[in-house]
Formats: sequence, C-alpha cells, structure tokens
Amino acid sequence: MLFLILFTSLLLGGAYALMAMGLTLQYGVARIMNLSIGETLVGAAFAAFWLQTQAQVGPLWGLLVITPAAFVLNWLIYRHLLTPLVRRAKNRGMLEVDSILATFGLLFILQGVMLALFGGNYYSYSYFSEPVELFGHTFALNRIVAFAVAAAVALALYLGLNRTRTGTAVRAVSVDPVAAGLVAIDVARTSALAFAIGGALTACGGALLSMFLTFNASMGVVFTTKALIIVIMGGVGDPRGAVIAALLLALAETTVATLVDPGLTLAATYGLFVLILLFRPQGIMGRRTA
Amino acid sequence: MNTREVLIMAASGLLLAGLACLPLADEGFWLTLGISLAGYVAMSTAWALFSGPTSYVSLATAAFFGTGAYVVVNLGETAPWPVVLVVAAVCGALLALLAGMATLRLTGVHFVIFTFGLAELIRQLVTWYQTNIGGAVGQYVFVDISSAQIYWQLLALCGLVFLAGWAINRSRLGLALRVIGDDETVAAHSGINTARVKLLLFCISGAFIAVVGAVLAPRWTYIEPSIAFNSMISFQVVIMALLGGSRRLWGPLVGVIPFTVLYELISGHFPNHTHLLLGTAFLLIVYFLPQGVAGRIEQLRLRRTHRETHAARSPATLGETAR
Amino acid sequence: MSNHLLLSIAGLTKVFGGLVAVNQISFDIQAGEVVGLLGPNGSGKTTLMNLISGALRPTQGSVTLEGRRLTGLPPHRIAATGVARTFQLVRVLPSLSALENVMVGAVFGPDQVSPGAARAVARSVLERVGLGGREHLHPAEMTYIDQKRIELARALAADPRILLLDEWLAGLNPTELQTGIELIRSLQAEGRTVLMVEHVMDAIRSLCDRCVVMSAGSKLAEGTPAEVLANPDVIRAYLGDDHA
Ligand SMILES: Nc1ncnc2c1ncn2[C@@H]1O[C@H](COP(=O)(O)OP(=O)(O)OP(=O)(O)O)[C@@H](O)[C@H]1O
Ligand SMILES: [Mg+2]
Repeated sequence: MLFLILFTSLLLGGAYALMAMGLTLQYGVARIMNLSIGETLVGAAFAAFWLQTQAQVGPLWGLLVITPAAFVLNWLIYRHLLTPLVRRAKNRGMLEVDSILATFGLLFILQGVMLALFGGNYYSYSYFSEPVELFGHTFALNRIVAFAVAAAVALALYLGLNRTRTGTAVRAVSVDPVAAGLVAIDVARTSALAFAIGGALTACGGALLSMFLTFNASMGVVFTTKALIIVIMGGVGDPRGAVIAALLLALAETTVATLVDPGLTLAATYGLFVLILLFRPQGIMGRRTA
Repeated sequence: MNTREVLIMAASGLLLAGLACLPLADEGFWLTLGISLAGYVAMSTAWALFSGPTSYVSLATAAFFGTGAYVVVNLGETAPWPVVLVVAAVCGALLALLAGMATLRLTGVHFVIFTFGLAELIRQLVTWYQTNIGGAVGQYVFVDISSAQIYWQLLALCGLVFLAGWAINRSRLGLALRVIGDDETVAAHSGINTARVKLLLFCISGAFIAVVGAVLAPRWTYIEPSIAFNSMISFQVVIMALLGGSRRLWGPLVGVIPFTVLYELISGHFPNHTHLLLGTAFLLIVYFLPQGVAGRIEQLRLRRTHRETHAARSPATLGETAR
Repeated sequence: MSNHLLLSIAGLTKVFGGLVAVNQISFDIQAGEVVGLLGPNGSGKTTLMNLISGALRPTQGSVTLEGRRLTGLPPHRIAATGVARTFQLVRVLPSLSALENVMVGAVFGPDQVSPGAARAVARSVLERVGLGGREHLHPAEMTYIDQKRIELARALAADPRILLLDEWLAGLNPTELQTGIELIRSLQAEGRTVLMVEHVMDAIRSLCDRCVVMSAGSKLAEGTPAEVLANPDVIRAYLGDDHA
C-alpha cells in the first residue's frame, strides 16, 4: 500500500513539477504572478487531445508542436500585454496587483475560447493505456511515459539554468533585477525569455497530464491553485524547491485520495498550504527576507 | 458632521426611500434587476471596505456568500429570520478570521492565492460532508419571504454598508487603513497593529457579504454547493469594484450598475460568452482605468483645481522659470 | 532634566546569512542625551536602528527601555513604549496631506491622541519644523527637504521618549543644514533624548553629547565627539591605514 501511494504520487508529481517550475520562472524571474497558468495547462491538454484524435499525431510528437507554440504565445503575451505594466509599475506591489488583474483577464478569455470550442464536457483519450507490472503492482504505461518525459525536461531545464550563460542571466535577474541590469544583462529580454520558457514548461506538463487525466475547459483554476501553492511551498524562484514541493503535494493528494476520499484532494492541498504558511512562509527552499 | 455631510445623508436617505418604492411599480423584470443590483452594490462596497485601502485582492467573496446561503439552508426553517441573518454575519466574520489569520501577516500574493481556492475548498468540504455524513448533496430552502422583502432587506443592507464605511473613514481605524495602504512599514513604526487592523476589516467585509448570501438564498428554492460557492461571484465583485474605483466609498456603486446591466444582457443573449466579457473587462480596466471611474473623476478634478491655482499665481511662477 | 538611564543596548547582534552586520554592540543612553552613531558606509548603523525600532529581530542581545525589554516585540508595540524614528530613505505617506501625515504620529503613538486633538498637535509640530501654512499640501507637491521635515514632524508628534534619526541632515544645503541643526538643538533644549546616525561632522560636533562609532558591525569607540574624532582607530576606519 505504502509503495503504491509513493509510486503513484511520484508519477503524478512529475507533471505537477513542470507546471510549478513554469510558474516559478514566471513569478520569480519575470515578476508576473500569472493566474492564467492553469488555462495554459488545460489549453495544452486540449491541443494534445485535438492532435491525437483529429490529426492522428500522438501527444509525444505533439509536444514538439505544443511546447514551441506555447513558448511563442507566452513571449508575445509578455512583450505586448505585460511589458506596459512592468514599465508603469512604481514598485513591486503595484506590479503584483496589476499582473494579477491582467492575468485574470487572460484566464477568462482563454477559458471563454475553450468553452466556445469544446463546451463544458469532460474529455479524455487513450494513449499507451496498456497496464504495466512493476514491483508487483500494475500501473498504466502512459503515466510512466509521462513521468519519464517530465523528468527529462526538468533535468534539461536544470542543466540549462546552471550550465549556460543565458541560464546564469535568468538566475541573476531572479535574485536582483536591478543589479543584473548593472552588469549588462538585458533584464527585459531575460524576463520575456523566462516567462516564455515558463509557459512552455506548463504547456508541456499539460500535454503530459492529458495522457492520463480527464479534463474540461473550466478546470484551469484548480491547477492554478495547485501550481501557486507548490510555488509558495517550494520558495519563489527556486526550481528545485518547486520539484520537491510538487512531489510533496502529489504525495498528500494521493494519500488522501487513496486512504480517505478522492473528493478531498483540494482539502489536502490546503492543509499542506496552511502548515507552510504558519511554520515556513518563505517556503521549503526559500531564504527568509527582512 | 458638517452641513455637507448632513445634506449627503439626507439625500441618500431620500434616494433609498425612493428606490424602496420599486416593488410597488413592478414585480417582474425590474424587481429582479433591482435585487441583483442591490446585492452586488452591497457586496462590492463591502469588498472595497477591505480591499480598497489595503490593495489585498480578496477572492473569498464566493466563500462568504456561500457560507451565508448555507446558514439559511440549515437554520432557515427553524430559527427566526433576524437570528438567521445574525448567525450568517457571525459565520462570515469567523471564516474571514480564520483565512486572515493564516495569510494576512504575509504578503498580498499569499493572500490572493489562499482566497483564490477558498470557495472551491469549502465547496469540496460541504459536498464531502453531505455525501458521507449529512445525507443529500442538494437541499431545498423553505423560507416564506417575497421578492419585494428580499429587495428591501438588500436595500437596507446597502444603507448599512455605506454607514459602516462612512463611520470607518472618520475613525482611527480609517486613518490606520490609509496609512497601511500607503506604507506598511511606516504604519507599524507609528504604532499601528497592522495585522489586527487588516483582520478586523476583513471580518467586517466578510460578515456583510455573508449576510447578502443569506438574504439571497431563498431566491433559489434548491441549493447545492456548486450554486452557493460559485467562484464567478468573486470575480464579478472584483471587476465591479475596480471598474467603479475601490478607493472611494461610492466607487463600487458606480461600477456595479453598468457592469450588471451589461452582464445580464450578455448572459441573456449569448450565455456562452460571459467569460469573454469578464476577461475583456479585466484587461480594459487594468490598461485604461487603473483607478476606476472614481479615481479618474478625482484625477480630472485635481488637474482642474491645479490649473486654476496655477493660473492665479502665474506671474510669480513665470518669474521663477525666467530666473 | 532627570539624568537617569533610558535606553540600554547589550550584546546586540544581527547576522544576515553569513554577514555579521551588527556585532555584540553595547552602550547606554541617559535621558536627555543626544548621542551620535557614527561609522563608515555599510558599518551597520541603520541595521542597529532597525533592531531598536523592531523592524528587524536581533540574532542575539537585548534592548531595554527604562527596564522594559523591547527585544522581540513587534514594531507597533515598541512604538507604543515611546520609540519614534525617521528613515534613511525618507518615507512619507503619499496619499495623505502633510497634516494627516503628522497626525498619524500622534493618533497611533504612545498617547493615542484622538483624531480631533491630533490635528492641533500636528499643526503646532508642523509650525515648529518650518512647514506652517503648508499643512494641506501632499508630499508629492513638496521638496525632498520638506518631506524630511514631515517625517521628523510625524515622529515628534508622537511625543517620543527617544527619537531615532537616521541621517536626517543628509542632503541638506548649507542654509538648510543650519536650520536643521538649530531644530535638533531646540529638541535637545527641551530635554528630548535623541540617537542620531550622522555623517555631517559639524552637526556631530555641535549637537552630540556623546558618540558611538561603529566599524564593520562592531563598536570601535565611544566618548565625546572630540575624543572619538581624535581616536586613531576611528581615523583609520574612515580614511584607511595611511592616515593613522
Ligand atoms: N535586510 C538585509 N539583508 C541582508 N543584508 C543587509 C540587510 N540590511 C543591511 N544589510 C547589510 O548589512 C550591512 C550594514 O548595512 P547598514 O545599512 O546597517 O549600514 P549603514 O551603516 O547604515 O550604512 P550607510 O552609512 O551606507 O547607511 C551592509 O553590508 C548591508 O549590505
Ligand atoms: Mg544607513
């Protein structure tokens, strides 16, 4: 039983981690609290669904279309929609409120478009759904494949952030945008890049989740809540923290769903969130600031 | 109170009395619209009592609203109506207290995130309770109350919210809130217990919204968690308050009327496009009306008085620039 | 003027990550004294002020005001015991008028003056710092110096037992500096206790009864202005080894 719970949450946590790393880049580096991130995720799930059922392109190949498309879209959103807000904001607090409100707008527009295209029904498709025997338990193959892809993408991101010049610039902006500007880092461009990568990661997570979860057009909010809670739990701007927190959240959810009631997963999420808020508000990996 | 305030009070009283005559003229479409306007005015003004000065964007409106509605579901048939309303207010304030204690010490982002999922969380908990412990998920509401009575109660509530806002603005509490809105560090170093002030205001705001939920609950004869805890309410209230301007007591009122009318029109004719309307409204406000209508009017007025004073002083200023 | 021990700082230490910004600082302030806090840039003066006012919690050590331990109290409780301050980077409340800015100090200060009475207090304090007749302007319409005056007035309106000034005289031109020094001298004359961080030597020489000098977080010297300014360690800290 314990093993089953641990392994199931590990498989689920992979996709959550991608989404949370996406949000932590968008908020930690580009300073945009993106409340429409769940819609990006659900949008990617629909795209994967459409590619699989209408164009006979499986979601793994589909990723090669969906991820770059999300990158471009998010780049454009940052450049044209959010940059004016960044320029206008006199301080961090103002930008926070403005970006929250603007991304509410995006949330509803994206949701409205998806509702118009797909209606309010639940969707799912079957892909790699044959059972696999692992350590005496059966798992659907698609969950394992999704986890493997998520782990590979997360590893690539980690190496990219830590081993490349651009990655260093991204990390520098995350620590201190003003100081980064002083050492000739193009802060505006780096922020746009981080925002776009964040969107691409989230979309990737969405396409992977669609392989084994059912979804509908108005589900984004639930994922946004999860992503936000993971990011706060992990410590804003720290992808490692996001991974750990994503796994913890998946563990809490799976445990409650298996042992108590699947209808209480959000309650489990909140329980974890409240504990973090009360005892470690700066997050697991975050450092306390004054 | 100075004469201007007395006049405003008297005018507001007359206006309320006038509005209260609406059910005598029409019991159908207009009364329905009136109920919806009065409910949103009360909620968005109550929302702005807390969120306006502090800039903490609260998305907990649906949670308070649903809590009030569920008090009616559970007590509506057994307790006298005034008691039901008081219990709703207390429950709203308690919920605000719990949510606020977990988040208000922290930053605005923590707060938004927490309130973002709060209604959904309570909806899940109520559903779980009803399926596993308390019988059926949906419940019927039997309260003997007419639409006109609901309308009058909401009007009275609007009056109360405005009175409360007015009293707060004149008190130490109001000054404390303005200081917190400007600079929390200065507030704390001047001796203001910022956490307590924010918590108190959030509770007041939550109590009012819960009462709106209670008053409106009998409108549905059948209530289930997804109706009572509908998170769209939270977003609509934010939009209306921001459209009107959340830093003035009368601001939200200005936002509610056009938005509610537009929303009713759109949801009547294109029920699938209300999301697009909300989304567009958010973007338009953020980019073109960041201070809301009230803020915009104030800005224009300020600019005009500025121009006048400058015109009056122009010889001196000219002398200075020439130097 | 009753000469008794007002503020006592003992072993105060603040560590940021690996940096020891304030290191085992101890000194006392008597009631009615004006004490200067000196030291090169980054030596931890503002951090020390923040520890006293409660903006930061100390890693170690204690602050006591007339026998009452302030350490670990939140800033609003410390303000209520009669500690008022100004900030190095001036902090005024932009949406409040000058008068309202100053009222805040009285309304929420130790005496909890009622808003009506606070108006009168604020008027007289504004008059005193040289802003009489400009009560209704908003900070945005005022110069930097006048904003600093508002901030001082806000602190004074609280009628504090001890006033913490963080480089309040910095950035003033020579005439303004003279007025500023006169103003602080008048506070001294009425028996106020002041702890002031300052770089302006003229002000230190003419105002301070006593000075504490910090360097890299530690206390380097303590004594009258003439004593500490002649101290070779102090000269070295400010000017480098060659000048000692
Ligand atoms: N909140 C903080 N987090 C991390 N380090 C800090 C923080 N505040 C101050 N420091 C560091 O502590 C040291 C002392 O800073 P402090 O501001 O107290 O110096 P100061 O003596 O007031 O200098 P100045 O004369 O320039 O105002 C500096 O190295 C500074 O970078
Ligand atoms: Mg300093």
